[in-house]
Amino acid sequence: MYEGVVQNLIDELGLLPGVGPKSAQRIAFHLLAAEPADVKRLAHALLEVKEKVRFCRICGNVAAEAECRICRDQRRDPQVICVVEESKDVVAIEKTREFRGRYHVLGGAISPIDGVGPDDLKIRELMARLADGQVTELILATDPNLEGEATATYLARLVKPLGLKVTRLASGLPVGGDLEYADEVTLGRAFEGRRLLDV
Amino acid sequence: MHVASLSLTDFRSYPAVELDLEPGATAFVGPNGQGKTNLIEAVGYLATHSSHRVATDAPLVRQGAQRAIIRSVVVKDDRRALIELEINPGRANRARVNRSPVPRPREALGLLRTVLFAPEDLALSKGDPSERRKFLDDLLVARAPRFAGVRADYDRVLKQRNALLRTAATTRIGRRRGSRKQDDDAAFAAAGAGDVMSTLEVWDSHLVRHGAELLAGRLDLVEALRPLAAKAYATLAPSSAPAGLEYRSSAGEDQADDKLSTDVSVLGINREDLAERLRAGLAEVRQAELDRGVTLVGPHRDDLLLTLGDLPARGYASHGESWSFALALRLAAYDLLRSDGGDPVLILDDVFAELDDQRRRRLTDIVAPAEQVLITAAVPDDVPAQLAGSRFDVTEGSVLRVR
Ligand SMILES: Nc1ncnc2c1ncn2[C@@H]1O[C@H](COP(=O)(O)OP(=O)(O)O)[C@@H](O)[C@H]1O
Ligand SMILES: [Mg+2]
Ligand SMILES: [Zn+2]
Repeated sequence: MYEGVVQNLIDELGLLPGVGPKSAQRIAFHLLAAEPADVKRLAHALLEVKEKVRFCRICGNVAAEAECRICRDQRRDPQVICVVEESKDVVAIEKTREFRGRYHVLGGAISPIDGVGPDDLKIRELMARLADGQVTELILATDPNLEGEATATYLARLVKPLGLKVTRLASGLPVGGDLEYADEVTLGRAFEGRRLLDV
Repeated sequence: MHVASLSLTDFRSYPAVELDLEPGATAFVGPNGQGKTNLIEAVGYLATHSSHRVATDAPLVRQGAQRAIIRSVVVKDDRRALIELEINPGRANRARVNRSPVPRPREALGLLRTVLFAPEDLALSKGDPSERRKFLDDLLVARAPRFAGVRADYDRVLKQRNALLRTAATTRIGRRRGSRKQDDDAAFAAAGAGDVMSTLEVWDSHLVRHGAELLAGRLDLVEALRPLAAKAYATLAPSSAPAGLEYRSSAGEDQADDKLSTDVSVLGINREDLAERLRAGLAEVRQAELDRGVTLVGPHRDDLLLTLGDLPARGYASHGESWSFALALRLAAYDLLRSDGGDPVLILDDVFAELDDQRRRRLTDIVAPAEQVLITAAVPDDVPAQLAGSRFDVTEGSVLRVR
């Protein structure tokens, strides 16, 4: 245990995803040794991102207003929701122009090693969107790696009683990878050839 | 196949070394601690992406250097491939084949196949089950490189599942500290337990899927190895009881038919059956897993039981018998890889000095016809006459061709 304020900082850093107690301590002492101006810039960047960037209250995508551009677009099909891990995945899928439905951004994937469980993701929000029965298909476009697969399995099981069509992007995506690194053509093809997920 | 050249940068004791090699036998001779094993360890690493001496990569990088590089031209059926591997301890390695980077290093596996005999092999018969699992899995990958992916996936699922089991008990505390939400704290905590169980089921299904694939591969391999190991052992130790292999699965240990290998020869290796067996095994130990915070069933808890007659080799075999069994396993691996096509490179690290005359002769007879044999020895006399080919003297990090 360190003096009050230092321990505070370590505790706060330790709450960040992927930062264990050791790393938290390392970062804290790095900040202690850093130039005051550098630390100020970091603090400012943290506050600014909180003030200026918001998340769509419907889908969780980054947004400039209360709702994101896609959720406000009346031409988008409200019957299909594509579930992704991060906002950057929305950008990648939009580039393919294959998808005309709506999104739901989870904010990550289930990963016990990183202390991320279902409650740390926007899953309750997703369930709320599915409650009125308007949505007929859920496309699970989490990353093609183990954590993404586990998250997809978890969601497929969770929504099973609702009786929707649940699909997963076709294989062909680089396994073990990140959705955002798939090229547009591959990702587009994976969308077209999505398969029913049976759990 | 054979290794036509080997070049090392900052690998072990070598800042830089370059060797041209040819088919046939090559001996590296010199007093202990001079860097002989370091050379052949690099060849083995290039083939398997792991060392036969250490479990982590840090010791492979020369003290004070950031990374090590192994470069080698491998010739198979007159086709040459330049394989380059950069070892980055703590980070992902990088590989290039014929100067093009491969997306993942494991895609460079399979271009070079080796069978390495070393004093450490005694652990195959005397050591923990993990030694034998590594033997099986390394061989599995050498035969079918796609198993490198299966193995990596299984290990990752296992880590995730263990992490979940460990946090299961502390969910409530962690959650309160992490979320700082005052509103539905109680509801959250109540949901916590169900949360763990439902995610645990997800990890179960993935563990079972990858585990069954790995298990099927191992069982298939053991079936293929069994007659070859028995034959090799009988050659090395003709007067000893016959050698046998049995795969012991951690799933369903309590059942009477705990010899999974016996089951499988009856059933055929059906992945669905294996998955079902793993699933049932996990269900049985659920509470114990939650209490202890580790995964208790799966290929990572299995063993390859070695038997001599009716007795297990471990704990019963003499030193000589243990040695012969370890050699027999390596020879069986060699036989198997050879029958798949492409004579693997044989590496014998300080092996002859450990053997009595009879076993030394028998081993020599078996390995002499191989396309390439790399040998290390402290003195020239430790290299059998039949294997006298090229020779390099290794002293204080310099490697000089003398023949
Ligand atoms: N990472 C390393 N950096 C520098 N030297 C190393 C490293 N690893 C091993 N060595 C040195 O290599 C030598 C052992 O070489 P080795 O090939 O095992 O010897 P031998 O000729 O007996 O087979 C030792 O002197 C050891 O200090
Ligand atoms: Mg040595
Ligand atoms: Zn939105």
